[in-house]
Amino acid sequence: MALLNNLVNLHLGDSTEKIIAEYIWYWSPNLLFLPFLSLWDRGSGVDMRSKARTLPGSVSDPKELPKWNYDGSSTGQAPGENSEVILHPEAIFKDPFRRGSNILVSFCHLRCIHPAGEPIPTNKRFSAEKIFSHPNVIAEEPWFGIEQEYTLLQRDVHWPLGWPIGGFPRPQGPYYCGVGADKAFGRDIVDSHYKACLYAGISVSGVNGEVMPGQWEFQVGPAVGISAGDQIWAARYILERITEIAGVLVSFDPKPIQGDWNGAGAHTNYSTKSTRRNGGMDEIKRAIEKLGLRHREHITAYGDGNERRLTGRHETADIHTFSWGIADRGASIRVGRETEMAGNGYLEDRRPASNMDPYMVTSMIAETTILWKP
Amino acid sequence: MALLTDLINLDLSDTTEKIIAEYIWIGGSGLDMRSKARTITGPVDDPSKLPKWNYDGSSTGQAPGEDSEVILYPQAIYKDPFRRGNNILVMCDCYTPAGEPIPTNKRFNAAKVFSNPDVIAEVPWYGIEQEYTLLQKDIGWPLGWPVGGFPGPQGPYYCGTGADKAFGRDIVDAHYKACLYAGINISGINGEVMPGQWEFQVGPVVGISAGDQVWVARYILERITEIAGVVVSFDPKPIKGDWNGAGAHTNYSTESMRRDGGYEIIKKAIEKLGLRHKEHIAAYGEGNERRLTGRHETADINTFLWGVANRGASIRVGRETEQNGKGYFEDRRPASNMDPYIVTSMIAETTILWKP
Repeated sequence: MALLNNLVNLHLGDSTEKIIAEYIWYWSPNLLFLPFLSLWDRGSGVDMRSKARTLPGSVSDPKELPKWNYDGSSTGQAPGENSEVILHPEAIFKDPFRRGSNILVSFCHLRCIHPAGEPIPTNKRFSAEKIFSHPNVIAEEPWFGIEQEYTLLQRDVHWPLGWPIGGFPRPQGPYYCGVGADKAFGRDIVDSHYKACLYAGISVSGVNGEVMPGQWEFQVGPAVGISAGDQIWAARYILERITEIAGVLVSFDPKPIQGDWNGAGAHTNYSTKSTRRNGGMDEIKRAIEKLGLRHREHITAYGDGNERRLTGRHETADIHTFSWGIADRGASIRVGRETEMAGNGYLEDRRPASNMDPYMVTSMIAETTILWKP
Repeated sequence: MALLTDLINLDLSDTTEKIIAEYIWIGGSGLDMRSKARTITGPVDDPSKLPKWNYDGSSTGQAPGEDSEVILYPQAIYKDPFRRGNNILVMCDCYTPAGEPIPTNKRFNAAKVFSNPDVIAEVPWYGIEQEYTLLQKDIGWPLGWPVGGFPGPQGPYYCGTGADKAFGRDIVDAHYKACLYAGINISGINGEVMPGQWEFQVGPVVGISAGDQVWVARYILERITEIAGVVVSFDPKPIKGDWNGAGAHTNYSTESMRRDGGYEIIKKAIEKLGLRHKEHIAAYGEGNERRLTGRHETADINTFLWGVANRGASIRVGRETEQNGKGYFEDRRPASNMDPYIVTSMIAETTILWKP
């Protein structure tokens, strides 16, 4: 009998010009206050969906892709009697699972067909795009490097991968960048994700094992403007598809285990033309000052459940406090030694939680530092 | 579903010029190894062309939280046997942002010794016999040993074959090929006297490169045991009682020793080592007193003695060297958890530079 894998890996390029396009979208249940959604909410606040369609040939420009629609009443985004939600393709990545000329299409921003194609409330890309198309923002060419942390959980028991069931591993210390069967749990997932993302065309700049065992991190960047959000969401989707293959769960919860265990964040590194220029350090300090004045507004948008993570311990700053420092991992904003010595560079906003929406975080940082006047 | 292995084994060289570089360093205990990866444009074969990097030293016991950055300086490149393609492993050492080596950076001083003109002139060769023990995960008991009990006494296991004598050969063989692929000069492997214990040898390697290659070989070994679900131990005496310990015998020669009449130089070198026995022992690995008992093919830790073909001595000179009148000698004192940067540079320093 042919193996299932022979069929999954069939290279169709020899027999047809048709390709398969996987349309991907997402939404956050907790933005809609619909109680029955707690069935799906693992507490991570991140829910990605996709479906596939056949297209007549290779496509490289998202504008050439047809719009599509899905049943919003099945995901709590539309009422049953007016259920169609429209998918607008925004970015194309190569499909690492189907390979060949097949593609992933993201991140479709979602509009209702009535009244006139307006973005639905969970479509955060739409308002981010407005900020990133502002001439002042375009002129500053904002670069983002996002450090996405996540925790792998054993399926069915929802306990971190590698942890004894009903118990705990040795305390933190050996696991950060660690090696060995007693320190690194799930590296095959991390390494296959790394290559799959590079294959897809996502700018993954690195990976590392994190302080809590079973927790990992990948970084995306530097990416300009809206592309940072597109790439993070595509990378999250690929990660969830890979954990699906591995029979393991991925959690973006910012504090998956209470107690003396690190949380999971999405530190966002940021620079503009002005901060990268000679003398940029002054611009960085100005930007940090503005961020400090809007600390509460930013924290509200930086991910659900962050108060469980930002305690002032475990390499975080307390959620109510805004602080910054050179090489200081206990601050809200950290500026690297290299930036300090060169006099220009970038800053690291350490506040966002792992379940943050990158469209919201990136556009808000750009808006506060470039457009907002105190 | 696509297999995880299809993705791990993706050959990216068709789709991108980017390569993945795994930066490796030694952590706060002096024995724990750490690594993380970054994407760079490749291929790269010269470490001086790789960017410096940094890591969170507060998470490895090497820096305080409010000033946490430790800088990584790339020192040697090897091919990555796990990611293959043009991807690389990069052995690094660690510095403060001001450019000072941090206390656990033993490579820095070793490099100074090996750049001394007198040492360079002698072209010091090293062959290091790295022993290690494989342990079952979670219980920490040697691989192949019955849980809660012991195997039959030592005798059948040294270089043995058979399911009742050799435990974990797939790890050993995978490691051998992976290291050769990486560009590490592995000269051989063998099963050891204690069941579940193995040895690989790195060499002959010149100067500082011996330390680089042993550390990267240890890293590759730990990655492989991670895949196999087994734990590797470099403890010098993992099981008390009538069971051999684990060492890192260090074979050594210089130009003068390899030349005709070199045997006299060897004897002079051994004499100098004998005068600094205590200093060397202090640097030859933690817990070595549990191993160097005078039994189980070791010399007592407080005694310095040497002999031809004598495995109960601190230093052994092979019969071949004695007969040829030149060659090398074997320092049998270092423990399996020794730092090869310290041991190799100290032997060179004592025998070439030090004046009694």
